[in-house]
Amino acid sequence: MSTALQFAGVSRHYGAVKALDQVDLEVKEGEFFAMLGPSGSGKTTCLRLVAGFEQPTAGHIEIFGETAEGVPPFRRNVNTVFQDYALFPHLNVLDNVAYGLMIRGVEKSERYRSAEQALELVALSGLGKRRAGELSGGQRQRVALARALVNKPRVLLLDEPLGALDLKLREQMQEELKNLHRQLGITFIFVTHDQNEALSMADRVALFKDGRVVQVGTPQEIYRQPNSRFVADFVGSSNVLPPDFVAAVGGASRWASLRPESIYLTREGGHAASVVAASFLGGSTRLAVDVSGLRINLMLPSAAEIPAVGESVRIDWKPADMHLMESGA
Amino acid sequence: MNGSDAAILPGRPGLLRRLADTLWRHPHLLLLLMLAPPVLWLGVIYLGSLFALLVQSFFSIDEFSGLINYEFTLKTYRELLIPANLDIIVRTVSMAAAVTLAAVVVAFPIAFYAARYARGKWKAAFYLGIMLPLWSSYLVKIYAWKLVLAREGILNWLFAKLHLTWLLEAYLSLPLIGGNSLSVSYTGTFLVFLYVWLPFMILPLQAALERVPGNLLEASADLGGSPRQTFRHVILPLALPGIIAGSIFTFSLTLGDYIIPQIIGSSRLFIGQAVYSHQGTAGNIPLAAAFAVVPIVIMGCYLWLAKRAGAFDAL
Repeated sequence: MSTALQFAGVSRHYGAVKALDQVDLEVKEGEFFAMLGPSGSGKTTCLRLVAGFEQPTAGHIEIFGETAEGVPPFRRNVNTVFQDYALFPHLNVLDNVAYGLMIRGVEKSERYRSAEQALELVALSGLGKRRAGELSGGQRQRVALARALVNKPRVLLLDEPLGALDLKLREQMQEELKNLHRQLGITFIFVTHDQNEALSMADRVALFKDGRVVQVGTPQEIYRQPNSRFVADFVGSSNVLPPDFVAAVGGASRWASLRPESIYLTREGGHAASVVAASFLGGSTRLAVDVSGLRINLMLPSAAEIPAVGESVRIDWKPADMHLMESGA
Repeated sequence: MNGSDAAILPGRPGLLRRLADTLWRHPHLLLLLMLAPPVLWLGVIYLGSLFALLVQSFFSIDEFSGLINYEFTLKTYRELLIPANLDIIVRTVSMAAAVTLAAVVVAFPIAFYAARYARGKWKAAFYLGIMLPLWSSYLVKIYAWKLVLAREGILNWLFAKLHLTWLLEAYLSLPLIGGNSLSVSYTGTFLVFLYVWLPFMILPLQAALERVPGNLLEASADLGGSPRQTFRHVILPLALPGIIAGSIFTFSLTLGDYIIPQIIGSSRLFIGQAVYSHQGTAGNIPLAAAFAVVPIVIMGCYLWLAKRAGAFDAL
C-alpha cells in the first residue's frame, strides 16, 4: 500500500502558541485514519494543514508523494467535510453538491447527474431543490458529505462531522461512514474528540496532546496497550496504577493501566476493597472502589448482583490485563 | 435571596404595578403602545404628506392665470415627458447609475478589508474614517471640493507640478464629461457625488460581508475554487443584498440631490433642481410633484428587477 499522507517534523506555531509541534505521521492509502484528542490538542490544525487552509511553520508535508507546502487548497485533490458543514446558503442542495464540478467547468447536465448520484449515495435523492436552511442537521451533514465526495477526492477530510448530531443519528452516521469508506476505497482522515467514535470507526488512531502525537496504532493497540497515562486515561478512562501499587501487587515498579471491564468481583483472594460509588449506566454499572487509598473503577454487567455503597468486597484481575506503560506522563 | 418564603412574591402596591401586570398579560397592548408614536409619525406625517404631494402631480396648472386646476388629469405627466424635461431625467438617472457603480467598485475593497481583516483598534479606526466625513457640514465639503477642482485649485496645481497639464487639458476637451474646468464639468459633479455618498455604500456592504462566514470561503477553495471563482460564486452573491441596500442609498440620494449639481458642474439641471425651481419661483407645484414621482418609480422598478434577478435570495 502506498502512502497517502506523510508529515515530517511538522509544526504550526501562532506566535508563542504551538498548535502543532514536531509531528511525524504517516497515513496509508485507503486507510480510515482517526485523529483523536481533547480540544486544542492540534488535531484540527493538522487537518487544516492537509486541506491547505494553513501552512506549516516548519517541517514537510507530502500528499501522495508530492510536496504540499505552498500549494493553495484549490489545487489539492483533497476535500473537506466541515464541522458545521459550511453549506452555501444562496444555493440549493443540488447546486451545493455540484459546486466543485461547476468550478471545474463540468457541463451542466453532466454535473447535475453526478450530483444526483452523490445525493443518492448519501440517501438524500429527491431533496436537490431544497435550500440548505430547510434541512435537518443530519441531512446537512449528508449534503456536506456528498458535496465533498462528488469530486472524487483522493483523501477525504472529516472535521468532527458528527459532533452536532444527537446520539442516535451519530451512531447511524458512523455506520454509514464506515460503509461509504468500504464502498469507495479512498483515504478517510477523521478528526474527533470522542474516543468511542475513533475506536469504532478507524483502522488506525493517532492520539494528540498539546500539539504533539502521543501514540499511533490500531484501536486495539491504543486501547489495550496505552503507552502513557494520558492515553490510558483519555481512551476509555482506564485505571492508572502508580508504580508502588503495581510493585505491591506483583508487577515491575512501573506505571500501569488496568481497564475497568478487566476487573471482577471475587469471593476469595484478590484485593480487599470498599465500595465508594455506583452508577447505573444501562447495560453495565460502574463501580468505584477504594483499594488501600487508591480509587479504582470497574464495570459490572448490570445483570450481576451490585454491591451497595459502603460494602466490603474483594476485586481481582488477570495479571496479563495489567498493562505496564512506557511513561508516566 | 429575597428573605421571603412565599411562592408568589407580592408586587409593589399601587397603580403602576397594576399597569405593569396588565401589560404583561396583554403583550399586544404593549406592542401597540410602543408602535403607535412611530407609526403615527411615519404613516401620517411622513407618508401622508408624501402622498399629498404625489396627488398634486395629477392636477395641472393654468398657463395664463398660474393657478392650480384641481381636476384629475395626466396633462402634467405629458409635460414631464417633453424633450427638455426628459433630458433632465436621463441626465440625473445616468449620473445616479454612474455614481452607484463607481461607489460599489470603490467601496468593495474597503468594506471587505473592514469585514474580514480589521480587528479591534483598526476596526474602530475604520468606522471613524468612514463616519467622520458625515459629521462635518455637507456644504463645507462641497465648497472644499469646488476649491480642489477649480481651475486655480490644488488639483490643477498638482498636475502642473507633475508636468501633466496636457493630460488634464486633453481630458477636459472630451465631449460630455469634459468642460472648462473640472469644477464645471460632469466629472466634477460625479466625483463630489461619489465622495459624499460613499459611506452609504460602504456601511451596508461591510455589514453584508461581515455576515458571510469565513468557512464558506474555505469550503469554496476546498472544492477547487480559485480566489476569483470564490469571489464570483460565493462572496458576490452573498454580498448582493448589501450592494443593493447601498445602491438604494447612493442611487436615490443622487436622484434627489439639488445642491451638489448647483455648486459643482455644468449649469444643466438635475431632477432635484427641477423640483426646487418648479415648486419655488415658478410656482408649478404639479410639475414639481411629477418630477418627484420619477425617483420613486425608478427605485420601485429597480427593486423589483433586483428581486426578480434573485438579489435577495441570500437573505
